[in-house]
Amino acid sequence: MTLNRRQILVLLPAAAVAWEFLQAGTPEESPNYKMTEHWWGMLLDITKCIGCGSCVRACALENNVPDGYFRTWVERYHVEDWHIENPKVDSPDGGKEGFPPSEFKDGKNFFVPKLCNHCSDSPCTQVCPVGATFHTADGVVLIDYNYCLGCRYCIQACPYGCRFFHPERHTAEKCTLCYHRITKGLTTACCESCPTGARQLADLKNPNDPIHAFLKTHTVQVLKPHLATGAKMFYNGLDGSVR
Amino acid sequence: MEGFMYPNEVELQWSVLIVLYPFLTGLVAGAFILASLERVFRVEAVKPTYRLALLTALAFLIVAPLPLQLHLGHPERSLEMYLTPHRASAMAMFGFVYLWYLMAVLLLEIWLDYRRDIVLLAQSSTGLKRRLYQFLTLGSYNISPGALHVDDRVGWIVTLIGIPSAFMLHGYVGFIFGSVKANPWWSTPLMPVVFLFSAMVSGIALVLLMYLATSWLRKKAIDMNCLDTIAKYLFYTFVIDFSLEMLDLIHRIYEADESFRSLDFMVHTRLFISQIILQIFLGTLTPLLLLAITQFVKFPESVRRRIYALSAVLTMIGIFAMRWNVVIGGQLFSKSFLGYTTYKMDFVTREGLLPAIVLVILPFFILYFLIKILPPWQESTPATIQADGID
Repeated sequence: MTLNRRQILVLLPAAAVAWEFLQAGTPEESPNYKMTEHWWGMLLDITKCIGCGSCVRACALENNVPDGYFRTWVERYHVEDWHIENPKVDSPDGGKEGFPPSEFKDGKNFFVPKLCNHCSDSPCTQVCPVGATFHTADGVVLIDYNYCLGCRYCIQACPYGCRFFHPERHTAEKCTLCYHRITKGLTTACCESCPTGARQLADLKNPNDPIHAFLKTHTVQVLKPHLATGAKMFYNGLDGSVR
Repeated sequence: MEGFMYPNEVELQWSVLIVLYPFLTGLVAGAFILASLERVFRVEAVKPTYRLALLTALAFLIVAPLPLQLHLGHPERSLEMYLTPHRASAMAMFGFVYLWYLMAVLLLEIWLDYRRDIVLLAQSSTGLKRRLYQFLTLGSYNISPGALHVDDRVGWIVTLIGIPSAFMLHGYVGFIFGSVKANPWWSTPLMPVVFLFSAMVSGIALVLLMYLATSWLRKKAIDMNCLDTIAKYLFYTFVIDFSLEMLDLIHRIYEADESFRSLDFMVHTRLFISQIILQIFLGTLTPLLLLAITQFVKFPESVRRRIYALSAVLTMIGIFAMRWNVVIGGQLFSKSFLGYTTYKMDFVTREGLLPAIVLVILPFFILYFLIKILPPWQESTPATIQADGID
């Protein structure tokens, strides 16, 4: 079959559109990364968090998070004596610029960094009507922005308030565990920027990861365990008052 | 905002349009179930409203997905729900339940019921109207007694399938909310049942109002036996609906789990007007009391008519308030149970009050046209042409 110039001019743009369509679902290349060899989570050490907000700022910069929305944030808890059911909590601008001095003198104050729990039985992926939010083979919950309808059912289904509606993209949005970084052997922006090491990215499938030694020797908890979401953000020193 | 909300929770995700969605589908399911009373359970008294109820259900069903469509961040992708549905998602099934109900139940039943009229109208009308009716016959002009008997039998079977389908349509809407374990205000297995009965209540009230309004507009006498029967069914279903809602409430109060204090505070403050005043007192107890009185005291016809009309209007307000309290109420408190936000409704925005008002009025316009094309009244049945022998 021979093509004349006119036919080539018609076919080329069509082929370009088709190629673009095929490429749309192709992830960024990470040649040496094998998804099935990893199972990602994170260790968050409440005893080490100083509420400086570096993680929130780093996340916002790295992931271009719109103002007023948060892929990660830090909460400050104040619990008086035995009143663990009535903690006073604040998180001014997600703790992005740190916290003003506490007005409470009695009781205890501590900081709780929060982010998507990348649950293995995540309610958000369960409810997505088109499967635009999904589990990767390495245990990360991601959103396909080219597929999301923007129905916001997943935002309702997340018990931790980790999702938001992107004001420009008009899709659901949340922490990706810096998937573009961890698949290249880097750690997440929040872990990298934490000055006290309160956040440690953990590969639960890697037997040499220090998380295993830590989990054996410490009392660790996940948020809202009664909801059985299979959360993979492990908190050291988590107080019973934390929701 | 009051107390502590997770930072991403400050913005409400589901607006007044999502309040409309269960409200409209509820009216569809309720109207259909009332219509099926005559067809399947042979409640002859409600016959004057049979066709009107079907057309009302259709008019509202056509509008029901519009608020969802308007709400989506990417409405152009909504077809993906049909093409690549995520089977674990309650919402993904909506498209299929909706289509099933629209195509396999409602349209089929209306067509079968009207087929004789359509054929006669196709033969008696002229011009564009004739073309329309010819199209609606779908090429089938056989209205011999044998064919009509087949229509009747098939229609009966469709209605029989339609009842569980109507239950599914609205019970499933309840499941969308009831299955969200992250939200204690929604997460209860009673939700689909409560939604179903409230749907029946609102649908019956709507048909009652439509019957009163159309009779008044057409200056026709009201069949009081019919009206009394509808009011009786409204009362019965309302009693069941109210009992279920109270069961849910009492269960929550008695169990008083970790979310109780937060929800209790919300009901006493942010939701006080919409829940306590509008939903419970004005929209439930008052119409229940009014309807109960009519069951025991035999008032003159004009008084009964007024009581029924008032009860039905209050019922509609109450059911709308119930939808509001579920959808909006479920987003006013933090999932940390430590704070509350408020819902500020816009007016002329995509999810504002104006489109909501338009979407509530739109079904009545559609119903007007449906009635014009397919008159539901017994006396307007085209009987002038001899049906017998036309093949």
